[in-house]
Amino acid sequence: MRVCHHGIVTTASPVEVDPGVEEDLIPGAITLADTPWVTVVWNDPVNLMSYVSYVFQKYFGYPRKKAEKLMLEVHEDGRSVVSNGSREEMERDVQAMHEYGLWATLQKAE
Amino acid sequence: MAGFVRHRRSKRIIATFSGFEADLLRALAAQLVELLRNETATPGANVDPLEAMLDFTGPTTEPDDPVLARLFPSAYRGDEEAAGEFRRFTEGTLRDGKARAAGTIIDSLEEAGLPAEPDDADALTIDVELEPDTAEVWMRALTDLRLALATRLGVEEGDEDRWYALPDDDPRAQAHHIYEWLGYLQETLVRALSR
Repeated sequence: MRVCHHGIVTTASPVEVDPGVEEDLIPGAITLADTPWVTVVWNDPVNLMSYVSYVFQKYFGYPRKKAEKLMLEVHEDGRSVVSNGSREEMERDVQAMHEYGLWATLQKAE
Repeated sequence: MAGFVRHRRSKRIIATFSGFEADLLRALAAQLVELLRNETATPGANVDPLEAMLDFTGPTTEPDDPVLARLFPSAYRGDEEAAGEFRRFTEGTLRDGKARAAGTIIDSLEEAGLPAEPDDADALTIDVELEPDTAEVWMRALTDLRLALATRLGVEEGDEDRWYALPDDDPRAQAHHIYEWLGYLQETLVRALSR
């Protein structure tokens, strides 16, 4: 479950309607069932490491260390899973990444 | 030029450009706006003519131009239908946003005193002062400009030597030099915004 979602480019859409309080009570169980999709950011030869890390902090609200770890994964492994959630949430994240000029796709979680 | 820095007291992100640099930046941004507005974001050709006329949503197939294809990549790998649906609902918005961002660069430069047609660009100095929000728009637009130039040039990972080996008067060497300059601007801008 991603609660800390500071999208400054793409605003939240109504799909994130909370299904109820259960999610807060048993986060682990519900999260697994509810989050079968992931956003993947792919390496490209253009985007600066500092910029990619900045985008991960700014858009996802990740702390600097986590953002840098993900950025290095993109750089070294060629790709990194940067968020997970419902399909609609991931489409929103991918759209935001494209606004920032990052190469992102979404897919079902493996 | 020294790139962008954050002004300690006003928190503004500032940079000083020569008239030549400002004019170049404006020309690049204007080209991007034109490209984004030019190849129209309309539905693909393989649809019923009536259906096409009544369809006001975006395109479903990847743009032909490689720059546009990079700016609006497929959101789904190996699922054309899902990628098409995503594109239909997002590409128009993304195009507008990117064109507006590039337009912001032009506006900022002109507000800072860049005339429509500078007579003596060498004698000009353009001091740009950006609020943090506007600086972030610049950052996204600079990214798009770099992606566009890199796609046209065919930039690849770790290929610097290839570009440095070109003679100075080779247009590709000059374009790559501009690409690197934009990268430098971007780097200083990210640093200024990260403080």
